[in-house]
Amino acid sequence: MKSKNPRFIQRFTRLNRILHILMIVSFLTLALTGMTLKFSYTGWAVILSKFFGGFESAGYLHRFAATIMIGVFVTHLIDLFKLKRKEFGSWKKLLKSDNSMLFNKKDLKDFLSSLKWFVGKGERPEYGRWTYWEKFDYFAVFWGMFVIGSTGMTLWFPEFFTHFVPGWFINVATIVHSDEALLATGFIFTVHFFNTHLRPEKFPMDIIIFSGSMPLEEFKLDRPDEYKKLVESGELEKYIVEPYPPIVIRAIKIFGWTALTIGFSMVLWIIYAMLFVYR
Amino acid sequence: MMKSFSIVISILIYLTSVSAQSKEECLMCHEDEQLRGTRNGKNISVFVNANNFNNSVHSQLDCIDCHDDIDAENIPHRTTFKRVDCGKCHDDIEKEFGGGLHRIAYDKGDPLAPICQDCHGYHYIRPVSDHNSVVSPLKIPFLCGRCHREGAPVQVQRNIPEDKILENYSLSIHGEGLLKKGLIVSATCVSCHSAHKILPHTDPNSTISRQNISKTCSVCHSEIETVHRKIIRGELWEKQAHVLPVCVDCHQPHKIRNVFYEQGMADKDCLKCHENPNLVASKDGRSLSVDHSVQLNSIHNNIACSQCHSEVNVSHVRPCESITHKVDCSSCHSEVGDEYNTSTHGILAASQDPNAPNCKECHGTHNVLGRLNPNSPIFSINIPILCAKCHRAGEKAAVKYTGPEKDIVEHYIESIHGKGLMKSGLTVTATCTNCHTAHHELPHTDEASSINPKHIAATCGNCHHGIQDMFEKSVHSALVTQTDKPLPVCNDCHSAHTIKRTDSEGFKLEIMQQCGRCHEKIAETYFDTYHGKVSQLGYTKTAKCYDCHGAHDILPVDNPKSHLSHDNIVQTCKKCHEGAHRQFAGYFTHATHHDPGKYPILFWTFWGMTGLLLGTFLIAGLHTLMWLPRSLKWKKELKRKLNTDKEEIKGTEDEEQNEK
Repeated sequence: MKSKNPRFIQRFTRLNRILHILMIVSFLTLALTGMTLKFSYTGWAVILSKFFGGFESAGYLHRFAATIMIGVFVTHLIDLFKLKRKEFGSWKKLLKSDNSMLFNKKDLKDFLSSLKWFVGKGERPEYGRWTYWEKFDYFAVFWGMFVIGSTGMTLWFPEFFTHFVPGWFINVATIVHSDEALLATGFIFTVHFFNTHLRPEKFPMDIIIFSGSMPLEEFKLDRPDEYKKLVESGELEKYIVEPYPPIVIRAIKIFGWTALTIGFSMVLWIIYAMLFVYR
Repeated sequence: MMKSFSIVISILIYLTSVSAQSKEECLMCHEDEQLRGTRNGKNISVFVNANNFNNSVHSQLDCIDCHDDIDAENIPHRTTFKRVDCGKCHDDIEKEFGGGLHRIAYDKGDPLAPICQDCHGYHYIRPVSDHNSVVSPLKIPFLCGRCHREGAPVQVQRNIPEDKILENYSLSIHGEGLLKKGLIVSATCVSCHSAHKILPHTDPNSTISRQNISKTCSVCHSEIETVHRKIIRGELWEKQAHVLPVCVDCHQPHKIRNVFYEQGMADKDCLKCHENPNLVASKDGRSLSVDHSVQLNSIHNNIACSQCHSEVNVSHVRPCESITHKVDCSSCHSEVGDEYNTSTHGILAASQDPNAPNCKECHGTHNVLGRLNPNSPIFSINIPILCAKCHRAGEKAAVKYTGPEKDIVEHYIESIHGKGLMKSGLTVTATCTNCHTAHHELPHTDEASSINPKHIAATCGNCHHGIQDMFEKSVHSALVTQTDKPLPVCNDCHSAHTIKRTDSEGFKLEIMQQCGRCHEKIAETYFDTYHGKVSQLGYTKTAKCYDCHGAHDILPVDNPKSHLSHDNIVQTCKKCHEGAHRQFAGYFTHATHHDPGKYPILFWTFWGMTGLLLGTFLIAGLHTLMWLPRSLKWKKELKRKLNTDKEEIKGTEDEEQNEK
């Protein structure tokens, strides 16, 4: 007997979902507190800074959130090690698997097919487990963690780091830290938001990163390649799960809306600061 | 041979006879303390103390120079002599003395009349400058007092119009000066009466006659006219002594005190009328009643009515009817008056401005209290209230003022000075007059003004002396920097009336704007750095201009004494960054990424990062924009496909139900 409810397939592990939530919280905190400093000459910044209890506590929040984000990053790396050991045995196998975040030939093919699809000269490509833009987002975080993290640490402990680099490197670190952060926030709040939440078929948001699962029927159409491979390997049933009850979904949506609102507000604020009062 | 012998003998005898008349010869006998002789029938001691004589003014003289009628060769001498005649040498004094009262009495045979020796002594006369001399200033009152003290034969038996002379003198300002304070220039008996030509005041030749007394007093009180000019009109005082009062009319002889004497136009006379509470001016009906107790409680309690209300004429029944002018405080407070006349207040008053404040506007009239009296309107704590009467926003002075200061009084009260003075009651806190002066207020544009930029540092330095010292060695001081640009002075950074505590957040944040008014570029670049941005968010614990450059002791960075000189900079950083070191101090505190010439690394870093940002957004943005229309179509397709699925499911469900 077929169930009258649609079946759900799990795409994100519980750990990854928790990490993403922590990532969102820490990222928003870092962005909000950091931007008050970057755009300190705007009225917005002064108001926000006061909201955080003044610059000093905003600074503490910033470094606290940074610690959480580094924690998220490290946890993810540890998770990768565990994954390698338990399921793949070697890095090569892991990195070459369908679950790998590394760019491969299919990504290039998908990218080109996507462009063709965009201009109406082909069908929608059969996207797999991870699309190329998702992989781009993933590595953007790696890049950001390296650039913003290292300069951030330099700015956190300037007395220590200037034992190894000249004093003016602090100035350089300031520029790199703040501009890379601008790039990161700008990218996340526009490109990432659009690619995952705002594109019409997902509008207004895609809650899968919180709920972890999506209706199987939708999944079939969204990720035909992954579906095909799961069916082929007979592992599909392994990933069929019960969806969360409506109250949890509701909570997820409230959280999602909050995050989205903060993100979009920041975009507006940054645009305002850049266009009208930049210096 | 015999002849020549007799010549030698006679020469020897001659020499001996000559030497018998020398001082030494005389002293051979007169040095004997027991030696007595008879003079004019009296047995007296004829002992002369050679030592004391040799210390006297006459030490160079021989005895016979004065005792010229002595029969030196006869021992014992004869017993009748003339008195020694001092006038033989002191002929000028002899002449002077000759016209005097004492000599006249002596010549008349008055046994009480003194001659030279009575005052100066005999063999042991000391110079007047010698404090041991009986005629030295300090001893004069006692010398004269021998005869002129109360109860002495002269005072009782002779016609002396003054009484208690010595007692009064010793209580007078002169006596006090001389006897209590040892001020030997203070007037003694001889200063007024002269030493030798002593005459009664009725004698026109007397130094104390009505005609001469002012001349006599002004020997010492040479500037006395200027003090008295309003009362006795300068020159007339001396020229028409019969019309105007002379010194002794007010300052009674021998009783000259620090008080005004109850004579003639004294307060009692004035109060006869003015004590009446209903007394009004016939002209305009204003009250002329005076509550004397108010005046007695004022700082002028020892000043008589007529000293302020001058122009009174004692010869009138109503001495005050000759008054034509208002009280002029500057007749006594002349320096203050001069200051006032050149101040804005005084200039306005001179131009008949009805709003211009005069003395009484601030000080009151009969109730004048000193500035140290807490009830006085000019007591430091009360001054802001006093000035506010006209200078509070909307009042008569404030509406005239067109300068940049607003709500002066209100701001002052909230300032550090205002709080210190009015809330904490700290009377040494700067009040209006400390900066603007009490009587010489001028607009800051006036070079003579205490608040002119040229004088501000000194004005503030009156209290903040250490700061002034530091400031005057700094690059901002005109003493150090020669420039035609305006240099900052205290109020440029601290403001005038809104001065805050320098440890208040408001001050700390504002000061950067203050520095930035002149150091525009450098302030702008400061706000590009972490320190600047953070402080812009209202954080005060970060480095602000003065944390690094110093506040009052700012010096150019190339000055070794500067807080930022090569030797000092690390220490300066360490104030906040404990672990600071030389390389750490290499941080650009005024860096900007907009200056490729000065900061190429920062410039290119910034543009590198901006390039990365723009590139990323360009590619991702394009990708997104291209995706959008396709995604819309895909949404419809997806809906359609999903609906078909749902219908299939629904169909199945229907079948199931049908089966049931």
